[in-house]
Amino acid sequence: MERLPHALTDLGIVLLLLAGVFAFRAPRRARVGNGAAAFAILGSIILVLTRNPICRPGTVAAAAIVGSLAGWLSASRAKMTGIPSIVAFQHGAGGIAAFLVSSVELLRGVTGVARAAGILGLVVGAGTFSASFIASAKLAGRLKGAPTSLKHHGVLVGVCCAAIAALAAIVAATSASAPVLTLLVATSATLGVVISIRVGGADMPVLISFLNATAGLAAAFCGITVGSRLLVACGATVAASGSVLTQIMCRGMNRGLLSLVVQRTGVCGAAAEESRTAAAAAVLSAARAFDAPVGEQHAQAKRLTSTEAVAGAADVGEAPDTAPHEGTVGDGVARDGFEESVAVARDAMRVIVVPGYGMALADAQSEVVELADKLSAFGKDVKFAMHPVAGRMPGHMHVLLAEAEADYEKMIPLETINPRFSDADLVVIVGACDVVNPAATTRSGTPISGMPILKAHEAKRVIVCNLDRKPGYSGVENPLYDMPGTILLLGDAKESLRRVIDGLG
Amino acid sequence: MTEILVLILVFVLAFIAGRVLISRVPQMLHTPLMSMTNALSAVTVLGALVLFSVETTLTEAGLGAIALVMVAFNLVGGFAITDRMLRLFHKGDSAQRSSEVRTTGP
Repeated sequence: MERLPHALTDLGIVLLLLAGVFAFRAPRRARVGNGAAAFAILGSIILVLTRNPICRPGTVAAAAIVGSLAGWLSASRAKMTGIPSIVAFQHGAGGIAAFLVSSVELLRGVTGVARAAGILGLVVGAGTFSASFIASAKLAGRLKGAPTSLKHHGVLVGVCCAAIAALAAIVAATSASAPVLTLLVATSATLGVVISIRVGGADMPVLISFLNATAGLAAAFCGITVGSRLLVACGATVAASGSVLTQIMCRGMNRGLLSLVVQRTGVCGAAAEESRTAAAAAVLSAARAFDAPVGEQHAQAKRLTSTEAVAGAADVGEAPDTAPHEGTVGDGVARDGFEESVAVARDAMRVIVVPGYGMALADAQSEVVELADKLSAFGKDVKFAMHPVAGRMPGHMHVLLAEAEADYEKMIPLETINPRFSDADLVVIVGACDVVNPAATTRSGTPISGMPILKAHEAKRVIVCNLDRKPGYSGVENPLYDMPGTILLLGDAKESLRRVIDGLG
Repeated sequence: MTEILVLILVFVLAFIAGRVLISRVPQMLHTPLMSMTNALSAVTVLGALVLFSVETTLTEAGLGAIALVMVAFNLVGGFAITDRMLRLFHKGDSAQRSSEVRTTGP
């Protein structure tokens, strides 16, 4: 006769949880939402403790305290630039818990749907665990960030899937034994590694969102196995959140989820080669030479450009709008790049700042915000243009700018800010390349073709504070660098911005 | 069997409700959202606790304890770091006010 009150309290907790998620609509209320969700979990833990007797309370308490302390320490010491790595690591921790709980339940001999759910929870949990730890190591720089393509990747994925299916069938048909379960965990973990090791760089937001969804799914399967409504409801909410974010990220990258698993990601050999050739042609018309050696034919282009550059040097002095200018931090060769940037920034009334992952790498977010504040103080209209996949996880740039005390109302999403670029006097790009690459709309057949971009090229003047001229993660050359209104401030973005800020006085 | 059906129904309803609510979360809160839902996925803690509700063998207790450590790490770490991030967005408010003061100054 306890069933109805139990169901009602469960419902109350789930509603509290959903209210918490609901509060994430506005930054001001989100903190309360987070608190509500935490409270809901705390409540459900208390409920489970009161409804069930606990054997070995000492072990339980010790484990809970150790884990909580470790979690608290890691959270309070984390730097905001390291958030993606930590979130990925925590996904992995959730995955471990899911497959451990599932395997214990399976060893105890659950039957029917509960056993099927247990197998799924174990497979998804183990895969989430290994994939998340690889992703976390990549994001923290402990592993090479670039995609590592294993030989016969497709075959490996196929073999892993077949092995998982076979082992799962054995567990489903007979009772589970420890060796079989261990093998199943191992193959699932291998599949996770194979999939995540080849995802890198700018594809990370898709992977991390996907792992968010699988972590939730694993928890929900666990919930079905142990017969806990609360666990199922929370897991389903997380899975929903992860799936929404994955969709948004895929749209932002113009990439299907399946392509992440099956096809080659990142640099498409042919497309990159083609883009280099196209870029070499573009270089001919611009007064600038390539730094990177790109073969004999391109070397010729280089010589041609150099002569043109010399010939056109007088023009450059007279009409700054005819050629891109360059300043390199430290060497003092092209100081005019900085002087011109300062002059352009003084004249501009409408300024849009585009942050990218390079800003996080250069740790330049406080300089970015300082520049924006300074320009605002001069009475200029300054906005931040936020691309959905800039950075390494959804919304990464927002958090970094918020940490540097930027006003979040000035962070404008892509759809809203794009029509404003044509009116903008100046766009300042900091550590972004692919998300402002006009080739995404003008050329077909490249990895970024069709990807929504920030239309920085429509602005009157563009200042690019990037480390070098190299293409972004996609490997597609950025024609924006060679446009007449562009000023390239190559080198460490933190120093470049510092010089511009100091120049403004 | 009805138990299982109820659980599946709960899954479907929570999934739909979650999708409806989350598709309206603004882009700027995506990182805190993921961090918060990440902490939520540590509700596996309930499963880990239920494991200990019957007499456990040493292996089971060991596995359960590791699961508990992991899940507590995920839970506390996840909510704490989300809170830190969301505090930053509040700081943005005060920064905005102070910059307004600055611009209206001399």
